[in-house]
Amino acid sequence: MQVVVLVKQVADTAARIKIADGKQDIDRQSASLIVNPYDEMAVEEALRIKEKHGATVWVVTLGEAKAEESLRTALAMGADEAARVTAPASDPLTAARALAQAVREIAADIVIAGRSAADDEQGQVGALVATLLGWPHVTEVTKLAFDGDKGVAEREVEGGVEVLDFSLPVVVTAQEGLNTPRYASLPGIMKAKRKEIRQITVDESTVGAPVLRTRSLELPPARGQGKILSGLEPAAAARELVRILHEEAKLI
Amino acid sequence: MILAVLEAHEGSLKKISAELCTAARKAQALLGQDGVALLLIGPDVAAADAAAALDCDLCLTVQGDAFSAYAAEAWAPAVAVAAKEVSAPLILLGSTSFGRDLAPRVAGVLEAGLLADVGDLELADGHLAAERSLYSGKVLAQVESLSSVTVATVRPNAFAPAGAKAAAPRRSLQVDVADAAVRCRVREVRRQAATRPELTEASVVVAGGRGMKDAEHFHLVEELADLLGAAVGTTRATVDAGWRPHSEQIGQTGKNIAPSLYINAGISGAVQHISGVLGSRTIVSINRDAEAPIFKISDYGVVGDAIEILPHLIEEVRKLS
Repeated sequence: MQVVVLVKQVADTAARIKIADGKQDIDRQSASLIVNPYDEMAVEEALRIKEKHGATVWVVTLGEAKAEESLRTALAMGADEAARVTAPASDPLTAARALAQAVREIAADIVIAGRSAADDEQGQVGALVATLLGWPHVTEVTKLAFDGDKGVAEREVEGGVEVLDFSLPVVVTAQEGLNTPRYASLPGIMKAKRKEIRQITVDESTVGAPVLRTRSLELPPARGQGKILSGLEPAAAARELVRILHEEAKLI
Repeated sequence: MILAVLEAHEGSLKKISAELCTAARKAQALLGQDGVALLLIGPDVAAADAAAALDCDLCLTVQGDAFSAYAAEAWAPAVAVAAKEVSAPLILLGSTSFGRDLAPRVAGVLEAGLLADVGDLELADGHLAAERSLYSGKVLAQVESLSSVTVATVRPNAFAPAGAKAAAPRRSLQVDVADAAVRCRVREVRRQAATRPELTEASVVVAGGRGMKDAEHFHLVEELADLLGAAVGTTRATVDAGWRPHSEQIGQTGKNIAPSLYINAGISGAVQHISGVLGSRTIVSINRDAEAPIFKISDYGVVGDAIEILPHLIEEVRKLS
């Protein structure tokens, strides 16, 4: 069984984000780059499938040579094989076409991705890859189990938990709560350094034309500093806050 | 026509459905379309009456064996059939667990641009466009769709719910989906007993963080929430500490909220939390640290210990009723 995990290298949003000249992208030179946190959960889940059912775990990324760092991180966690896809992709649909091609070439049975990337927060690629492959998908999975070519997934919905039955092949996307990703082991890190990364090139005729375009990036307008009460006794502070919310802001 | 894909539960429309109706009316004017069509897929016929009574021009329904329980592989082609039926240039879904699962599948089937998790739509050089929040709210992007049909998921609470009017005409669509084409379907939905509004739908949210000091003190957050008819929220830190369930977590690895009023206590405002609350209309914060980042995005605030202030706040709010 081949399990493919789609990973993306993203700017750490806890660090400073600068917008590059031209306002089309962020300044990647100054950004601190990490593996998308949801993708680490996807890698962890694939490793658990391998441990329980036996599988070859592939990690696949789409991007420039620097993105191979994210593949080496996943290899150090325990993934078996890695591939980097090079393609003229600029939006979720073109990225999904390129990744679907890689999934075909690897002949995967299960694809796991993060529910969304921490940078563009689209949450589209997993389901798009499934649609392009003609496979079923389940997004935002918090629990996953397999039995032969069948599986059961759970996802949190408003006011409850949805339980879904599916058959392989399948694409699932990982949501917080699915698992806690393991740390890379030292031998794993050493092994990952030497691992050859397969290169997959997907051309323009396969990825097609983009359907989304970023016109511009801006820093969000600062929310004006509000009315902050300090130095008051708890009772007086509470009284004044409720007075403001009730009489001035008319919110309660 | 603009097409909006509604959500129902046990014979009633969900709140997002009426909000989508308002969003669709606005988009109709924006694009110079001749009406709004609402689409309800599945066995919830009773909800179709409520849908037709919303401010729309046509109510479409899709029923049949393939639509007994949610399956994205059946729902997506049904949405595509409905979009074709009314020549829709724009298909709206909620940015809900349902919409986030279905919308990219619809976009994939139609090879359409999906404007995901947006609060409003606009025209930019003739293309449908929207402002999107990226990088945990640190960047705003204007994104445009280049396809002839566009799909968009609309954030809950971004539009006022549409009111009722005389029932619109109804049309039942025949959509054939082979059994073999559906390999993933909802088996059951385990409902949690809900005594409070759902976090992403609530118009008031009260949340507590690490500053509540332990799990027991959260009864103060719950009490204030119940007085205000609010949902209860929290931060990743308290979920990791096992004080609160993940279903209450607000922020990057939890839920994004956009209530009219967001009251938080003992939350310092990590970037991952702030990204999930920026859609709130008014933010009220209680924190003992005057330098806490949460105050930078707050409209009102009190510097002080949440555990000391909340009991007084509860008492003062109780006096209002």
